Amino acid sequence: MRFVFAGKQYEGRDGETLAAALVRNGVLGGFISGYRGRPRGVYCAGEEEPNALVQIGSRPMQRATLVELEDGLVAEPVAGKGRLVAPDTTRYDHVHAHCDVLIVGAGRSGRAIARPAGGRVLLADGLLDDEEVTLGRTWVVGLYEGNYALAVERGRRLWKIRARHVVLATGAHERPPVFADNDRPGLMLASAAERYGNPAGVTPVSGGWSPRVHLWSQAGGRLRWDDRICAPVPDGTLPNVACMGRLTGDRLPDAPPFGIPDGDEDAMFVDLERDATVADVRRAIKAGLRSVEHVKRYTSIGTGSDQGKLGNVNAIRVAAELLGVHPGELGTTTFRPPYIPVSFALLAGRNRGPLYDPVRVTPIHPWHVVHGAVFENVGQWHRPRYFPRDGESMDDAVLRECTAAREHVAIQDVSTLGKIDVQGPDAAEFLNRIYTNAFDTLAVGMCRYGVMCKADGMVLDDGVVMHVGEERYVCTTTTGNAALVLAWMEEWLQTEWPNLRVWLASVTEQYATAAIVGPDARDHLAGLTDIPLDAESFPFMAIREGEVGGIPARVCRVSFSGELAYEVNVDGRRGLELWATVFAAGKITPYGTEAMHVLRAEKGYPIVGQETDGTVTPVDLGMDWIVSKRKRDFLGMRSLSRSDTSRADRKHLVGLLPQERVAEGAQLVPGPGHVTSSYQSAALGRPFALALLARGRERIGETVHADGVAAEVVESVLYDREGARRDGRPA
Amino acid sequence: MLQVRCPWCGDRDVTEFSYGGQAEVSYPADPAAASDEDWAQFLFFRDNPKGLFKERWVHTHGCRRWFDLERDTR
Repeated sequence: MRFVFAGKQYEGRDGETLAAALVRNGVLGGFISGYRGRPRGVYCAGEEEPNALVQIGSRPMQRATLVELEDGLVAEPVAGKGRLVAPDTTRYDHVHAHCDVLIVGAGRSGRAIARPAGGRVLLADGLLDDEEVTLGRTWVVGLYEGNYALAVERGRRLWKIRARHVVLATGAHERPPVFADNDRPGLMLASAAERYGNPAGVTPVSGGWSPRVHLWSQAGGRLRWDDRICAPVPDGTLPNVACMGRLTGDRLPDAPPFGIPDGDEDAMFVDLERDATVADVRRAIKAGLRSVEHVKRYTSIGTGSDQGKLGNVNAIRVAAELLGVHPGELGTTTFRPPYIPVSFALLAGRNRGPLYDPVRVTPIHPWHVVHGAVFENVGQWHRPRYFPRDGESMDDAVLRECTAAREHVAIQDVSTLGKIDVQGPDAAEFLNRIYTNAFDTLAVGMCRYGVMCKADGMVLDDGVVMHVGEERYVCTTTTGNAALVLAWMEEWLQTEWPNLRVWLASVTEQYATAAIVGPDARDHLAGLTDIPLDAESFPFMAIREGEVGGIPARVCRVSFSGELAYEVNVDGRRGLELWATVFAAGKITPYGTEAMHVLRAEKGYPIVGQETDGTVTPVDLGMDWIVSKRKRDFLGMRSLSRSDTSRADRKHLVGLLPQERVAEGAQLVPGPGHVTSSYQSAALGRPFALALLARGRERIGETVHADGVAAEVVESVLYDREGARRDGRPA
Repeated sequence: MLQVRCPWCGDRDVTEFSYGGQAEVSYPADPAAASDEDWAQFLFFRDNPKGLFKERWVHTHGCRRWFDLERDTR
């Protein structure tokens, strides 16, 4: 096969690494050091290589000693810094694995353990790949709490392994001796030279061996200095982690005598990748640094992409020599994961772009896309924000959509509202405790708006509860709070009220819901349904079952706009069909969340998370009427009479009529207070806002300033205070 | 990654669970009868020991069951 290095073509062999092929082709240099621009060549045969860094396509900072040759490979040497190439089209994957024994290192010791071991055994090795090695060319890069290991297979697959036992048989690195010009091309670790077949022109060097203690140390294992090999080795024990073979110092040769020779200390390299020398260590010590951690930070030794695999032990020995102490007294720097460089792209795996976060869409979503909806994210949901007609701005579209809902008929997809099915003999009692208002008085076939508080009396969520049958309710929640409210209900049922016979199920996605809103809503629906729609037979807050457009439907007369409105719930799978049927029946304007926000704000209806922030009680919102005085208890009841929650100077929800539109979040002067919602109103023909303002309800008629804009404080209900539009166009 | 032993499901990664604060802090039997002081103690005050601590956890991404466990905070 052929490959290109630095623009020149070479011949390679199957199974060779790029480094091996370069050396065999007589390329003993070809690289440049990152900081001092010194000529360098392949120095090692493994992951500890400090010099031979290459860029291969979109993959930067690859070690030539780890790159498996393939035909047509193009490698460029890089001097310490690669280039990110976007987009990275490589496919990265994650794999979860469980095993009884994870053996790291397929040398003599690792294989000796693997062969007779029973159960599920994984044998991983970063350099080797054969039939005995289950995770070939896979580096275990991190070993964490509870024997959780991260491993990288060929740079492209991340293994997340939970192992009952871990056996570390990671072996040892050879290290260079320290002398002037010990970085010259042609010099090579003796073990690497042997691996490459001792090619002509190569001078083998050796300064002894350092066990690969990294994973042991990462997992929390202690180290001790071994004088015979002059390097740290594992000490003590860890539960379910064992060390074998050369990692423990066994079978390693005695270290050769060590000393700083005469000569140019500025050319005696300690860390080749960082271009740091004996002179640098001497400067650090002259500057008063004594700890090996400080010397590391002063000199940058050990901070390169090789993480000091080659240089750290020599740095300790040089520092000890200069300080006149035993190297064991200096300790080591901390070994942190990952053991070899890991790309962010690998850690992200497939969780990028559209797969980064789950996207939730309603059954009606395809229609919204076709009809040019501009979407906003509400939690994981994509909801239409508005439906601009050609060239229309957002403000213009929202005014038009609001006008349609107030004067004609409009429709919104409200399928995203959370829905929780609550069943059981004690369901009414359960809801009585969860919500501030009473539900034991709610008749079957009726629905009621409810607010729930945390035990501290602060509003948690709100929604409509439908009493759909004997011992059966469907609670709706704020779109973003559906999971939270279900968890909240489950918590109380399980931990405090296990005696209540109540069962919960999330049914958010089982239903599709269309809100048909406006004075013409009754006329629009009349031809589509067998349900009598007149206000007498189908009053406000009633539920009716029947068919809409031939689809079995549960219709509720609830309104989040103050207008006559029907919320039609159907089987989620027929949501799109319902939608199309309603559009086929006549002119109707689709509207999005922005118009919905304006319409509800005109009526002073708060949105949990917009008007509330976890410090607001129902009373603060002016909803004293929804707080039961009759019930013995509900969550939050006792807190509403605490001295703090019953203070007279708490912030109240009020309306504002500013001279121009003000920013949401703007502080009010005199306060304290802030703007919670701010819009242009079509119905009022002017900007308006909702705000939380200290003693607000006592300050109606006063003028406050928001960002310098004067605003009159008014009641929070700004439109149709009498509720005259609830049943349709007033006579 | 830490593992937590769910009494129903066995050892699972801690990321499957949610923390629910100190265990054995019961909802008062008669909140209306509680003094402001006692109610505030129930709402806001929790132990923070160095050592063994009884906590509530829930297996959110598993069986969704609440249980108590003892954690060594050292």
